[in-house]
Amino acid sequence: MGKIIVMTSGKGGVGKTTSSAAFATGLALRGFKTVVIDFDVGLRNLDLVMGCERRVVFDFVNVINGEAKLNQALIKDKRIENLYILPTSQTRDKDALTKEGVERILNELAQEFDYILCDSPAGIERGALMSLYFADHAIIVTNPEVSSVRDSDRILGVLNSRSRRAEQGLEPVTQQLLLTRYDPDRVERGEMLKVDDVLEILAIPLLGVIPESQAVLRASNVGMPVILDEASNAGQAYTDAVARFLGEDVEHRFMSPQKKGLFSRLLGRSA
Amino acid sequence: MSSAGQAVERDVPFQLRGNSFTMMVLKVSDPTSPDFFPQLNVKVRQAPNFFRNAPVVVDFDELPEDAGFDVAAFLQQVRAHHLLPMGFQGGPRPVQEAALAAGLTPMPAGRAAKLEQAKGPDPRAAGSAPAIAVPPPEPVLRPALLVTEPVRSGQQIYAEKTDLVITASVSPGAEVLADGNIHIYGALRGRALAGVSGETGARIFCQSLDAEVVSVAGLYRVSEDIGEDIRKKPVQIFLRDGFLHMAPL
Repeated sequence: MGKIIVMTSGKGGVGKTTSSAAFATGLALRGFKTVVIDFDVGLRNLDLVMGCERRVVFDFVNVINGEAKLNQALIKDKRIENLYILPTSQTRDKDALTKEGVERILNELAQEFDYILCDSPAGIERGALMSLYFADHAIIVTNPEVSSVRDSDRILGVLNSRSRRAEQGLEPVTQQLLLTRYDPDRVERGEMLKVDDVLEILAIPLLGVIPESQAVLRASNVGMPVILDEASNAGQAYTDAVARFLGEDVEHRFMSPQKKGLFSRLLGRSA
Repeated sequence: MSSAGQAVERDVPFQLRGNSFTMMVLKVSDPTSPDFFPQLNVKVRQAPNFFRNAPVVVDFDELPEDAGFDVAAFLQQVRAHHLLPMGFQGGPRPVQEAALAAGLTPMPAGRAAKLEQAKGPDPRAAGSAPAIAVPPPEPVLRPALLVTEPVRSGQQIYAEKTDLVITASVSPGAEVLADGNIHIYGALRGRALAGVSGETGARIFCQSLDAEVVSVAGLYRVSEDIGEDIRKKPVQIFLRDGFLHMAPL
């Protein structure tokens, strides 16, 4: 049975879709058969970041409504073996997501895939609830600023009370923090929250720190998950995070300005 | 027990255990009295939370042999007062049969006698006065509500008629309330309101005060009014002479 991961944050614009694309690609690169699902019905983005927007025929909502088969909607990534994308509809809204429909599709996917990664929309309404309801693991994407931390805290509360595991009294959803857009220089100047500040409030294990990087925007504009940009520090940080997710003990990098001075300036230009 | 026995037991998807529960006994002497349900209603209203869906055993022992009444309708009425009849004791045969048919369990009569004796002189008086058995007194100690997980933004926890003990932090945007004291063995970054039903002796204790709002018995102070000297320090908050005090612990 495949494991269901939700990439969620509460707040918008913190990097859920970027992280979903990178993480799914990273898992597939490690040999796991992985599918990444866009739950942001009406604001279809994941296919753009994955670079498969021109191959979308059927979508998630079509499958829920029985208008298409799952195999017709799944898009196989051209670069990575084992990686599939289930895009969402741009024309419908979140009401198209029914608990029964989502469950049926996730169950079907779980037969075939090792990991099912759900890219949550922002907010705590229907779309976000549906994306996290069936999750086994949650990756909480947070920026080092107070509003993002508070929204993440809120979504952790929602996971603890309104997920399937919570409602049925099963083992709770495991939760890990992915701190994105981290700028050690600005942290040093006191303009950004420190990793420790965020961890103190959220009180969940740290999966990874993704440094602020120009490679992220560049990658998403060309439809390439940033993890494939191996020269970029963001790409490397995602690779580390995937390894940690799989239980490996990898030291955290890109958290202090000294290292950044040496590394990313050089790499940032060459990448 | 041998370890092999335990291993086998662990594979069984259930456990069967004996346990004893305290249940109220509703002693019925005159179910047809027009005062019966109005008086029961008065009793239940005195402590609605205590009585809500409380399991009761209906005691028909004092009914005369020729007592005739609609048992099913009577039980229905009892349920309407948010009591859940689970079993019955004693009573004339037709009443017992009707109670059995209504799904109640016959409780051993021997225990009823014991209960009566244990109650001592009190039930004698009750026998002549209202038909309602005296419910067990409110427990002397209401255990505090214990929370071991962080209280997240948007969550609200209320310890009704008791203290609240939290062994984690309270996040910004979270709200914790208690009729009694609030103890937080972590940082208080959200809102904490103690003595919300008016208990002026209630206090708030926390390991690190960084609250949005603190209040005792309705007197409150917002984050802006919290002095830098006690911010992020272990603090207790209490009322004295009608003013809210915050003192380092």
